[in-house]
Amino acid sequence: MNPPRSLPAAARSSYAECSARERIARLFDAGSFEEWLPPAQRVMSPHLAQLGVPCAFDDGVAIGRARLDGRSVFVAAQEGAFMGGGVGEVHGAKLTGLLRRAVVERPDAVVLLAESGGVRLHEANAGLIAVSEVMRAVLDARAAGIAVIALIGGANGCFGGMGIVARCCSAVVMSDIGRLAMSGPEVIEASHGAEEFDAQDRALVWRTTGGKHRYLMGDADALVEDDVSAFRGAAIEWMTQARPALDLATLEAEHALLDARLNEAPEGADAYALWHRMGVPHPHRLGDMDVAQVRELRTSLEGAGT
Amino acid sequence: MKWQDLASALFAAGHGITQVGDLLVGEPEFDGRTIAVVGSADHAPIGVAMALRQARVLLDTVARHPGRPILMLIDTQGQQLRRRDELLGINRAMAHLGCCVDLARRSGHRVLGLVYDQALSGGFITSGLAADACDALPEAEIRVMRIPAMARVTKIDRERLEALSQSNPVFAPGVDNYVAMGGVRRLWRGDLQACLREALADAPTGDHRALEGAQRGGRKLAQSVIERVLRA
Amino acid sequence: MTSAGIESLKFEFKGARAPAAFAPTLVGVVASGNLEVLLEPTDPGVCRIDVQTSARGFARIWEAVLRDFHDRHDLSGVAVSIHDMGATPAVVSLRLDQAVAEIE
Repeated sequence: MNPPRSLPAAARSSYAECSARERIARLFDAGSFEEWLPPAQRVMSPHLAQLGVPCAFDDGVAIGRARLDGRSVFVAAQEGAFMGGGVGEVHGAKLTGLLRRAVVERPDAVVLLAESGGVRLHEANAGLIAVSEVMRAVLDARAAGIAVIALIGGANGCFGGMGIVARCCSAVVMSDIGRLAMSGPEVIEASHGAEEFDAQDRALVWRTTGGKHRYLMGDADALVEDDVSAFRGAAIEWMTQARPALDLATLEAEHALLDARLNEAPEGADAYALWHRMGVPHPHRLGDMDVAQVRELRTSLEGAGT
Repeated sequence: MKWQDLASALFAAGHGITQVGDLLVGEPEFDGRTIAVVGSADHAPIGVAMALRQARVLLDTVARHPGRPILMLIDTQGQQLRRRDELLGINRAMAHLGCCVDLARRSGHRVLGLVYDQALSGGFITSGLAADACDALPEAEIRVMRIPAMARVTKIDRERLEALSQSNPVFAPGVDNYVAMGGVRRLWRGDLQACLREALADAPTGDHRALEGAQRGGRKLAQSVIERVLRA
Repeated sequence: MTSAGIESLKFEFKGARAPAAFAPTLVGVVASGNLEVLLEPTDPGVCRIDVQTSARGFARIWEAVLRDFHDRHDLSGVAVSIHDMGATPAVVSLRLDQAVAEIE
């Protein structure tokens, strides 16, 4: 729906550079997006207005229904440029409503284009409760057998409560540009100093929270280029993957995996040491590897039985 | 309140709840049945390890004790702010804890959260806030962030935030604000055993917090937005 | 709606060029140095512009930019609603023109 900011439409394929609405327009089947609570309905934040902060007509998230490769899906795209994609009362309620509607209407998938710092601090308490309602709604959708896919590739990453929500989803697709974590490096640095986490060290930040690392760890199911059509392809692929129900056996397996990860990780917080322990042959080269090479690397690590 | 005093008030002597590091765990008797207690103490930061330890108790309860109610006692300063936890995927560990709470709920266990001291930042998103209901002691401290820090991060005047917080429960700390917004179901006053009894008896199975926030007036829009989306 | 931090400005111009029927259309994002622009159908013969901005004190510049905009497009039957976060006049003009291009 929105024209590109500086490049002709055909040239803009970077997912990170697109706005949320541009991503929707380019990722889903052409013209198939039907928006619910669109901007003209002005369902906005009353709290931002009180604070004298500018509102967005859609409170920073566009939701609705679309087609993906002909299949019916529900869509939510967070606008990372607005308030860092932070979840406030209205924004969260749009996500929760979407997920609850999915349980009723049973689309083939819910696709979350997640770009968020987590709770919108300007709406602190409402944001926190809203994020927990979104989380419950994701798990209800999964319990109903609906695939919920998180796409993570925006410049702001997917942090805070949304980082938790992402890992409640059935699948996570990340680009190498994307980041997935809980606390941002700035918050950690503010709390424990630059020695703990130098937020200015971009390579360190991406080693710790970026798509390549998450993909190697298995916290992302797919790693793609920073390209809208690559995200589209991965979403199509993962939409049809059967996901194990979140039953006791599945959670025991997840627990064993996370327990082993914790117990077998080397001391310290160094990604290189961790990758080395995982069997990555040249950890220091990972930053320079392209996406295809990193995918091959993970395949070979899995083949080696690690 | 110290967890030991809380435990003494709720359960008979010899309740067997112990503290191992920051973790609280126990299987006290209450009204003739065993309850699973799991939680945190000493304003625990919740990192990968703490999330997994609590998840383990939930999984064991589901596996071995069908139908046993679960009480999560919450005292946390928030998520652990360490690079190592981020490297190892604290968001995944927290999600896993939330999934274990959800599994317990779906498997017929009533899961209650009780903030008995602090619940700061995101520390209880996947424990108390994932439970059937999260209650609190009246003296509990619940907040996302203190107002001075919020003022710095949002670049909004501290005085402005404080003034607005008098009439809008959304951005100011305080357990009463969370009750008004539906995030906390009720405060436990007076006879704590009676409060626990009531909490166990009427634990909801669905997420009605947006509705409660609207009814109580602290969160007026969420429920109506959810309903609008369902009808759109 | 105006609150202490947001400045609210309203303008109305008489216009003659009515676009073909269009659905409400949004361009831009509310981010620092940027703005979102919503176009909606309204009464014929007028172009109404409602500005909500966090950059206070620039009413005269808005007037000039919007007058230029109206001189370019002479819209009739269009309501323009803006949420601005300190965009420069150049960016405001760009977004407005992008929005009009979307509906033409």
